[in-house]
Amino acid sequence: MEHILEVKDLSKNFNSFWALKNISFTLCPGEILGIVGPNGAGKTTLINCLLGLITPSSGKIIYFGLELWQNRSKVLAKVNFASNYVGLPLSLNLYENLLVYAHLYGVSQAKEKIAYLLKLFGLYEIRQKPTRHLSSGQMTRLTLAKALLNDPSILLLDEPTAGLDPEIAEHTRKLLRDLSKKQQTAIIITSHNLPEIERFADRILMLKKGQIKAIGTKEELLAKFKSKNLEELYFKAVL
Amino acid sequence: MNPRRIYAVVLRQIFLYRRSFTRVLDVFYWPTVDLLLWGFITLYLERESQGINPYASFFLGGLILWNILLRAQQGISVSFLEDIWARNLINLFVSPLKVSEYLAGLLCISIIKVSLAFLVMAGIAGACFGFAIFKMGLWLLFFVLNLCAMGWAIGLVTMACILCFGQEAEILAWALSFLFLPVSAVFYPVEVLPHFLQKIAAFVPAAYVFEGMRAVILKQELSISLLEKAFLLNACYLALGLAIFYRVYKVSLARGSIPKIGE
Repeated sequence: MEHILEVKDLSKNFNSFWALKNISFTLCPGEILGIVGPNGAGKTTLINCLLGLITPSSGKIIYFGLELWQNRSKVLAKVNFASNYVGLPLSLNLYENLLVYAHLYGVSQAKEKIAYLLKLFGLYEIRQKPTRHLSSGQMTRLTLAKALLNDPSILLLDEPTAGLDPEIAEHTRKLLRDLSKKQQTAIIITSHNLPEIERFADRILMLKKGQIKAIGTKEELLAKFKSKNLEELYFKAVL
Repeated sequence: MNPRRIYAVVLRQIFLYRRSFTRVLDVFYWPTVDLLLWGFITLYLERESQGINPYASFFLGGLILWNILLRAQQGISVSFLEDIWARNLINLFVSPLKVSEYLAGLLCISIIKVSLAFLVMAGIAGACFGFAIFKMGLWLLFFVLNLCAMGWAIGLVTMACILCFGQEAEILAWALSFLFLPVSAVFYPVEVLPHFLQKIAAFVPAAYVFEGMRAVILKQELSISLLEKAFLLNACYLALGLAIFYRVYKVSLARGSIPKIGE
């Protein structure tokens, strides 16, 4: 299958500290790649490199056959991002926040799209509420709604279900999985929640000290590391 | 450049101001207080000098024009800070928005803020103190353009400092313009400055604008060379400001500091 993302020998050095070293992987349409690793493993640096927030020291990031740094605006129009740690302006209400981003991403029929997403995430009734009055769960759902505004081909999610209660977290996972299968949206997700990654991701990438320790489907990795479950595998491969 | 993305940057600020009484107040409050204060001081000075010197015109004209520079600078640097305070910078920088479009959006916001403050100050100066700033005619347009350009150049350097040093440098958004106030000859001619400050003032575009303003008020004429110097210096400073901002932006990307700004 054709790759929509190719990461080739990606390395990032901060003052002689290698945050990422020779990272290579690919992503196909509709595929969900889970990134796991302990704190300081390089998950956030990798996501930031993929989003064009950090220039790599070497290596290439190629989306849809286009090199990210030479086609930044064109590439990022088809990518989106949500993180539990990156909010939206608190003074604006939900609708206003999404409208600003709909314009930024060039969304056609923005009002209809915003209404659809607000309903999808159960936020339509409170669309006029200032964002500062949202609970953390509602805020997470709003950032996810923002991330789906442009029907991205690739969605990068940093701990997307942190802060959500189990029921809404499960609903969100189901929604993202449906999206991935129906619209062929590829998803890269980082999480500390191993059961979540185990159930959600098609392939798992394990990072340790900026290097890939293992990458493959759950079954491949369990066989390779002779483990019974992802937790045991995690301890063997990463810790 | 994509006009819709520029509009999005402007729209975000319009929504912000529409919902924030204190921010709207800030646009009008200080210009109004400044103008009333200086207006009454000049009335007193004119009465004492029995109307020999047009103090009101000098001071109020200087004050209104200085506020243009100040608002132009803050229009971009404080708007940039608003995105940092809202932790919105990451969302903006991972969108298709180009840096040039972001800057263009900030310039539009700056023009809106300058226009509002200018109209309020000009209105109060006319209504309360009989000072008609529009009597300067076409010269006023050239003065405003130059002061905006200088304000934007300072604003770009302020933004670069904030990108480089983080929120610790945010005080510069309010303070940096005032560094140029003593050598801008806003309320007095350049000739009253000590010799070494006069040499510095020669490199400050605003000094030529305010010298020009006084010439227009006194003699209704102006040496074109003053404006030429101001335009030339501003072109250099704007180019320098842009170069500094882009350089710092690239360094920030390499250092990985953008995701950490505002933490």
